Amino acid sequence: MALKIITKRCKGCGICAALCPKKVLAVNEVEKVEAVNEKECIKCGQCEQHCPDYAIFVEK
Amino acid sequence: MSTEALIDKYFRPGRLPHIWCPGCGNGIVTGCIVKAVEQTGLTRDEVAVVSGIGCSSRASGYLDFNTVHSAHGRALPVATGVKMGNPKLNVIVVTGDGDCTAIGGNHLIHAARRNLDLTVVLFNNSIYGMTGGQYSPLTPFGSKATTAPYATIEHDFDVVELAKAAGATFVARGTTFHAQLLTDLIVKGMQHKGFSLIEAVSACPTSFGRQNKMGGPVEMILWQRDHGVMKAAWDKMTDEQRQGKFPIGVLHEDNSKVEYTVAYDYLIKKAQEGKK
Ligand SMILES: Cc1ncc(C[n+]2csc(CCOP(=O)(O)OP(=O)(O)O)c2C)c(N)n1
Ligand code: SF4
Ligand code: SF4
Repeated sequence: MALKIITKRCKGCGICAALCPKKVLAVNEVEKVEAVNEKECIKCGQCEQHCPDYAIFVEK
Repeated sequence: MSTEALIDKYFRPGRLPHIWCPGCGNGIVTGCIVKAVEQTGLTRDEVAVVSGIGCSSRASGYLDFNTVHSAHGRALPVATGVKMGNPKLNVIVVTGDGDCTAIGGNHLIHAARRNLDLTVVLFNNSIYGMTGGQYSPLTPFGSKATTAPYATIEHDFDVVELAKAAGATFVARGTTFHAQLLTDLIVKGMQHKGFSLIEAVSACPTSFGRQNKMGGPVEMILWQRDHGVMKAAWDKMTDEQRQGKFPIGVLHEDNSKVEYTVAYDYLIKKAQEGKK
């Protein structure tokens, strides 16, 4: 698991999903982000850098 | 240190999730502040964070430094007192565009003029967020606000130019999209001995975006990507190409002016020696 999502903090803004260059993330029907395609993750850190809620981290 | 560990280190325990709306830029800017502090190597006790009142100013309540959450518009006078009382503290001022340039506008120009060693991080979301969307002096001309339902006909300040003209000796601009740059600029501001202002262009999807049909958090952060231009590229652009865009990066630095607490120490010494 390269991605760590703290669901309790996520507000479903969608910023991480939009900035992910590999379309790894999607916001689900309860407005929480999920890794839908984690094996494509290149650990670029865009999600971690832009999450306003410190809810997603890329473990190196 | 990982970002997760940094958040744990510098945030007061048990305070997350924070109160800010989904997609609000305040969390991104606050994250940049703690990353910047980590890079300076200062301890939490060596840093003070002073804020005014507004959504953005609530950042001080989340952060585990010496903090003051002061009154609307008065972050700079309180920070001035903190710095004068203990010049060894590295003082960061957290302030909104309304807080800093409307009710606090006079404090801004005079703190800049004195060249007091403060690092102002101006969370510019173009609006009064907390009170529901009244226009501020940084609301772009022609935007809608609850106090300007047909659009504001007041011209906005360019706060970078304003701070420069008032005498600030380090002036920079970043955005929440250009978050890594923003962190670097805050580091530089903290290391600069003198008055530093870093404008952080940020999004308030709730009180600005909605009224101005800017889309949601995603569209607003992409807007920053598409309108912020690195200074080196900006310098080569024609006036026509610059239309609607804004420069980001370090925009002004002047190391020739004496800093206020240094000048003040000199006066104390002179007075103690009985000289005039
Ligand atoms: C003396 C005083 N006047 C007015 C207010 C009401 N007030 C609270 S926050 C605010 C403006 C907030 O806008 P800004 O400073 O841009 O911060 P933001 O909420 O957008 O982060 C106002 C007018 C107040 N609290 N105190
Ligand atoms: S950026 Fe953060 S708050 Fe927004 S959807 Fe992603 S994890 Fe959730
Ligand atoms: S009203 Fe605007 S500035 Fe305030 S928390 Fe919501 S999005 Fe952020």
